[in-house]
Amino acid sequence: MSKNSKTAGWGSALAVSPAKKIRRPFNWRSLMSQLFTVAVTLFGLLVLTFVIGRMMPSDPVRAIVGEDATRETYEMVFRQLGLDRPLWEQFFIYLRDVLTGNFGVSIRTGQPVITDILHVLPATIELATFAILIGATLGVSLGVLAAVNKDRWPDHVIRVFSLMGHSMPIFWTGMIGLLVFYAALGWVGGSGRMADFYIGLVDERTGFLLIDSALAQDWEVFRSALNHLILPASILGYSSSAYITRMTRSFMLDQINQEYITTARVKGLSRRQTIWRHAFLNIRVQLVTIVALAYGSLLEGAVLIETVFAWPGFGQYLTNNMLIGDMNAVMTCVLIVGVIFITLNLISDMLYRIFDPRTR
Amino acid sequence: MTTQATKLAVPGPLLALGNILRFLMKSPTSAFGLLVISVLIVVAVFAPWIAPYEPYAQDLNNTLAAPGGAHVFGTDELGRDIFSRLVYGTRITLTIIFLVSIVVGPIGLFVGTTAGYLGGKYDTVMMRITDIFLSFPSLILSLAFVAALGPSLNNAIIAIALTSWPPIARLARAETLTFRSADYVAAARLQGASTSRIIIKSIVPMCLPSVLIRLTLNMATVILTAAGLGFLGLGAQPPVPEWGAMIAMGRRYMIDSWWLVTFPGFAILLVGLAFNLLGDGLRDALDPKQMNRR
Repeated sequence: MSKNSKTAGWGSALAVSPAKKIRRPFNWRSLMSQLFTVAVTLFGLLVLTFVIGRMMPSDPVRAIVGEDATRETYEMVFRQLGLDRPLWEQFFIYLRDVLTGNFGVSIRTGQPVITDILHVLPATIELATFAILIGATLGVSLGVLAAVNKDRWPDHVIRVFSLMGHSMPIFWTGMIGLLVFYAALGWVGGSGRMADFYIGLVDERTGFLLIDSALAQDWEVFRSALNHLILPASILGYSSSAYITRMTRSFMLDQINQEYITTARVKGLSRRQTIWRHAFLNIRVQLVTIVALAYGSLLEGAVLIETVFAWPGFGQYLTNNMLIGDMNAVMTCVLIVGVIFITLNLISDMLYRIFDPRTR
Repeated sequence: MTTQATKLAVPGPLLALGNILRFLMKSPTSAFGLLVISVLIVVAVFAPWIAPYEPYAQDLNNTLAAPGGAHVFGTDELGRDIFSRLVYGTRITLTIIFLVSIVVGPIGLFVGTTAGYLGGKYDTVMMRITDIFLSFPSLILSLAFVAALGPSLNNAIIAIALTSWPPIARLARAETLTFRSADYVAAARLQGASTSRIIIKSIVPMCLPSVLIRLTLNMATVILTAAGLGFLGLGAQPPVPEWGAMIAMGRRYMIDSWWLVTFPGFAILLVGLAFNLLGDGLRDALDPKQMNRR
């Protein structure tokens, strides 16, 4: 403990003034400037997807008209796609289309891309939400445990355990999980969102299978869905817990080394109370922002894990379209991931602003 | 006198490297990381002597043979020796890491140091662009690039490089900001050094150590992204013995022949873990305050 008091110098002691509640108005100006930044980033995102979309070596017209089309048909489609116009004009057409919600038609399904995506997105959100619940619970508790036992064996074990989660190729973990828990032990369901013979039994209302089956009070489907969800969600959760553990540990260490913790201990509070009632309460806001960011990066793992588990979600949609070269669908997916990321960043920033008085 | 002379002969960077190495060896986890990476390099260099078979040699009479006997890790669906393929795969892994780092380092340094030193509008624009790239998960953006360029190992490397320079640029900028107003930079300016000379001679060398650490830390991510791309069929194409692609091919026979996916996966895990452990140790060794930086 003597080490701790050394780190906090006189400055922090002087900074503690008598509790005066100063209510400052919410800082609208900084919020507006942040929203402006977000708008610029979104615009950049559109430029990026546009550029990537135009980079591809394959001919988009050929993909539509086929190999044996006459020259007239080819040129008609060429003009229809607006490819005869200058590049900047094409960009503004793209911009207008995106802003009016027109993302083009999928070559494979013939439906508007956005309809397809909205149809598959709930499956991914269900998976990712379950995964983040597991990842956050695991990550936060391990992080606190590691911080409390800093440099002792639990800290080292947790460090290696969470770095393992960070270093595993998630598609491989998924396969091994299937081999062990499904093929060998039979504890969980295999690939897909539910057992085959339940497909179509429950009306699709929200697209979230757990909610839909609960609404229909079809508990057999519910159990099957849960059975299929648990393995991919645990694996995703484990991989995202690495980041959460590390951040929780370092936030907790920051708190534990401060004087108020020593004071609380001197006042006679138990170790457990100082950890959970004092230190942990102070890192809540930081944790929420971390979890929000981790939720965003789950999308990355979801792309791979959905391929392994034949999970009919966003990631599978993205990879399937990528393999057949349907750039409309791919670019829309990329755009949506970017928007989700930016939104989560914004939300976590706002939470910080609202709950942490120091940022005002 | 002689001892002093030899001491002076050892260049500073080498001394620092020795110190870092000594620090790393004290922690068992970083020592383990260092060991695995050394083994990886040795295996890659001496692959033809270590591998008992040719990586592409098929033996159709002996397909999907279980581990043991003549084939330590078994054979795949075409009777190729999995151990030999893994050994040759180290070369691909190291190539990917090397090429990505050699592209990403200079780009990140250039963008970061110029943005930090010049400041103003240029800085704002560059950091906006960096933020846009950072607003994607790296795998998704690499996927998009590969989809546009066409799947191949080279394009996967280009895509990974295109998506992993922003954190380096951020770091180099932050470092530059701390050195920009340093006295020695002011002195160089007063002597009439040009902007480019100041950046190259005075700023870049100061940013180099932290950028190198960051690159090491990046390597684990690079390996995982490359393997992920390979697995999705967007990276190295069969029959190249890239570990991710090997897992993708073995997936079809996974239920009956577990060894097809298990060993390449272990290889990726081991190398990824090694780079993470080493990076972790380096962070502690060189700057404990940087622990939380992305």
